[in-house]
Amino acid sequence: MKLTKVTKSFGTKTVLSGLDLTVAKGESLVLVGQSGIGKSVLLKHVIGLLKPDSGTVEIDGEDLWKVSAKDRDRLRRKFGMSFQEGALFDSMSVGENIAFPLTRHTKKTKKEIADRVAECLDLVRLPGIEEKRPSELSGGMRRRVGFARAIALQPEILIFDEPTTGLDPITTDVVVKVIEEMRARLKPSAITITHDLKVAFGIADRVGLLSGGKILVDMTPKEFEESKDPRVAAFVTGDSELAPPEVEPERRKAATAAEAHP
Amino acid sequence: MNAVLEFFGRGSLRVIEGVGRFFVLLGMTMRGVVSPPFSPVATARQVVRVGVDSVPVVLLTAFFTGGVLALQTFKGFQRFHAEGYIGSVVALSMLRELGPVLTGLMVTGRAGSAMAAELGSMRVTEQIDALVSLATDPVQYLFVPRVLASILVVPMLVVLADAVGIMGGYLVAVGYLGANPVVYMNNTFQFLSMEDMTSGLIKAAAFGFLLSLVGCQCGYDTQGGAEGVGLSTTKAVVMGSLAILIADFFLTKVLF
Repeated sequence: MKLTKVTKSFGTKTVLSGLDLTVAKGESLVLVGQSGIGKSVLLKHVIGLLKPDSGTVEIDGEDLWKVSAKDRDRLRRKFGMSFQEGALFDSMSVGENIAFPLTRHTKKTKKEIADRVAECLDLVRLPGIEEKRPSELSGGMRRRVGFARAIALQPEILIFDEPTTGLDPITTDVVVKVIEEMRARLKPSAITITHDLKVAFGIADRVGLLSGGKILVDMTPKEFEESKDPRVAAFVTGDSELAPPEVEPERRKAATAAEAHP
Repeated sequence: MNAVLEFFGRGSLRVIEGVGRFFVLLGMTMRGVVSPPFSPVATARQVVRVGVDSVPVVLLTAFFTGGVLALQTFKGFQRFHAEGYIGSVVALSMLRELGPVLTGLMVTGRAGSAMAAELGSMRVTEQIDALVSLATDPVQYLFVPRVLASILVVPMLVVLADAVGIMGGYLVAVGYLGANPVVYMNNTFQFLSMEDMTSGLIKAAAFGFLLSLVGCQCGYDTQGGAEGVGLSTTKAVVMGSLAILIADFFLTKVLF
C-alpha cells in the first residue's frame, strides 16, 4: 500500500501536504501525532473515505481513485477497518454486525456465516455473544466486536483508529493482546493510530510521527524510543516544553471537521 | 452594506449548494434503485416504519380535518341555502388537496424526521464510514429502501386519510349539523371523478419521494455531534414541509 505526495485541504487550511507513506505486506505501522494533526484524515485517505486533492493512493499497484467505483469497492474489501468507538450498526445484533460483510460480499450459506461469526468472536475473546445488542456492550467489547467485523472477510490490511483510547489499563492490555493474536493468525499488514506509546511499541514494526501534514520520522520502535530528535523526544517523554508549537487552531478545526464529516 | 450583501450572498450559496446536493443524491439514489444488490427486506421494514406506524396519526388528522371542513363549509353554505353540497366540498377537498398535503406533512413530521435522526446519528458515530469501509454504498443501502417505501406507502395512507376525512365530514354534518344522510352521501360522490383520486395519489407519491429524500439528505449530511443530529432533524421537517408545499402548487397547476 502506497501513498504518494498526498495533499488535502479543507477551505484554506492544508491538513496533509505532500505526504508519502508505504506499508509492505505483513508489516505493522503505527502512526502517532498530536491531537487534531490529521491522523484520522490520513486513515480516511488510505481506505478511500476521503479523496486527496492531489497525489495518489495505491493498493497493490492500483490507484484507488483511477479505478471504477466497483473496483474501488473490490479494493476496499482488502481492508478491515476498526473504528475508534467500534462504529457498530446499532440496529443489528453483534452477530448480524459481523455477518454483514459476509452476507453482502460472499455466497456463503447461513451455517457457514454463523460458523465464521463464531470463529471471529473467538479470535477477539468474546465467544457466544452473537445475540447481544451493541448497546449492551462495554467500550472495550464494542471495539473487539469492531475488530471481529473488520476481519470477517479475512482482509490483507487491518486499520485501527485509536483502538485503546479511553480504555482502562487492563482492557487496553486485552485489546493489545487481541491485536497481536489477530496479526499472528492472519498475517495482515496493519496501520494503527494511537496516542499510547506502550501500545505502539507493543504492536509496531515501524513508528511514524505525523506533523505539519507529513510523516516527519519513520523508524523502528527501539529507534523511536531512543531518538534524540526533539519532536520525537517530546512525544516519548510527554514534555510539552520540548514539543513543537501546538497545532494551530485552524488546522485542528479543519482536521476535526473532516473527521466528523468527510 | 457589505455585511448585508455578504449575508445574502452566503445564504444564496447555501441554498444553491443544498439544491445541487439534493440532485446529486437523487442521481445516486436512482442508480442504487436499478443496480444490485436489491434489498426487499429492508424496504419492507421501512414500509412498516413509514407506513403502518404512521396510520394512527394520519387517520386522526384526516378525521378532524374532514370534520372541520364540514363545520366551516356549513357556516358559509348556509347563507345561500347550499348545505346539501357540504359533502361534495369535503370529498373534493380531501381527495385533491388536503388528503395528500396533510398526510405528507404528518409523515414528514413522523418519518422524515426519524430518517434524519437515524442517519444523522449513524454519521456522527462513524457507522456510515463503516458502511463504506465494508465496501457498501451508503446511499444505496440507506436511501433506496426509505425512498421506495415512502413512494409506495404515502399514497396508501392518503387513500385511508381520504376515506376517514370523508367519514369525519359525514359524522359532523349528519350527527351534529343535522344534514340529511342520504342527500349528503349522494352529493359526496355525485361530483367526484376518477381524476380527483388519481391526481391526489400522484401528489402523494411525489410527496413521499420528497419527504424521504430530504429526510435522508439532512441526516446523511449531518455535521458535529448530538447538536448536529438535532439540527438535521429540525431541518428535515422544515425543508421537507416546504418542499411538499411548493411541489403541491406546481403539481396542482400541472394536474388540473
